[in-house]
Amino acid sequence: MSLLEMKHIKKSFDGFGVLEDISLTVEEGEVLAIIGPSGSGKSTLLRCATNLEAPDEGEIHYEGEYGLVFQNFNLFPHFSVIRNITDAPIKVQKRNKDEVFAEARALLQKMGLQDKENAYPYQLSGGQQQRVSIARALAMNPKILFFDEPTSALDPELTGEILKVIKDLAAEHMTMVIVTHEMNFARNVADHIIFMDKGVIAEQGTPDEVFGSDNTRMKEFLGKLSEEY
Amino acid sequence: MKISIMAMIGQLSGGMLVTIEIFVATLLFSLPLGLIVAFGRMSRIKVIQWITKAYISIMRGTPLMLQLMVVYFGPFYIFGIRISTSYRLTATLIAFAINYAAYFAEIYRGGIESMPVGQYEAARLLGYSRVQTFFRIIFPQVIKRIMPSVTNEVITLVKDTSLAFAIAVAEMFTTAKMIASSQTSVIPLVAAGIFYYIFNLVVAVIMEGIEKKLNYYQ
Repeated sequence: MSLLEMKHIKKSFDGFGVLEDISLTVEEGEVLAIIGPSGSGKSTLLRCATNLEAPDEGEIHYEGEYGLVFQNFNLFPHFSVIRNITDAPIKVQKRNKDEVFAEARALLQKMGLQDKENAYPYQLSGGQQQRVSIARALAMNPKILFFDEPTSALDPELTGEILKVIKDLAAEHMTMVIVTHEMNFARNVADHIIFMDKGVIAEQGTPDEVFGSDNTRMKEFLGKLSEEY
Repeated sequence: MKISIMAMIGQLSGGMLVTIEIFVATLLFSLPLGLIVAFGRMSRIKVIQWITKAYISIMRGTPLMLQLMVVYFGPFYIFGIRISTSYRLTATLIAFAINYAAYFAEIYRGGIESMPVGQYEAARLLGYSRVQTFFRIIFPQVIKRIMPSVTNEVITLVKDTSLAFAIAVAEMFTTAKMIASSQTSVIPLVAAGIFYYIFNLVVAVIMEGIEKKLNYYQ
């Protein structure tokens, strides 16, 4: 069953085409990684997929709720960790308070943050904040979870802890769409990879297909990355 | 007739109460009213935006003393309504409330517009309604951001209450001036000065306390 279906999505800003006729589907339990150079439209694609940006043309169909983990966390600074996680399930979804708190504590345990429930975001490291934001998104019980470059705002030594959390979620068959710069991670965790370039899907397939592709832009992109790192 | 210092203080304390009344009532009305004006100022409906913009511009661009007189004498000069002396205090409260609401509106607007868009986006993804987003997520953070500017306004308000002198409201300054003339003594004016100063010290301590309380997060 596909949880997300995007058909012929077009989006331009000030006459500049950022997305040109993008179509994709995400199946239940699938992990989709979207890679590509800066300005290729991958973040805009994610913003359209999560309804933060309205596409100029095209259709989007969802099955169930979805959550988003932001690049810079966007935690609510005036809420404690536990309130960041529980407030929306209680106030928006109107779920039972005790149940929500029990679930939130289980999520914090899973994220290795059980001793941080009363801390405020500013007291946490970037990696811890990002784990709280993942817990916050998961507490809404989404069918599908989107990640917008979840490690880009983190120090290199903190990216590992986030990637591990995502890997664990993948092992539990959480459906995820991840925009990332972490090529090795994408290769290891994704079932399907989309390589975007200049607003179009330049290449897609299994990790082996995409990374072994003859596509010149893909090769150029991977070549540049290996030069940089 | 000369009166004792104690009697002077007795008369002054009547004015003191009126000053405190003007101060408290102005805050009570202008703080919520300012938020409504700020919403109007940020409205997507152009007409509402223009009206509130003009309102703020007039309130900030003309003397409060003049506004006091317009509110007090206006009903008679414009509509021929007979005004009673009891209307004085009401007129003062109206003029102060609408004047300070304009200043607070701009402070609110500045605070609201300084909020990072990511807070709205996170709230939207979590399904908060627009009203919930504003009152649960945005406004509590705005309060913290605008506290220093609000403190400034509140301290100015303490001193501005003396402008009610212009329409002969028997607040602290009016009373002090009256006793000073009748007794040919400067003591009532000095006493009034000390009162305003202590009033503001108390206000500053209270505002600092509120700011400290809001420092539980960053």
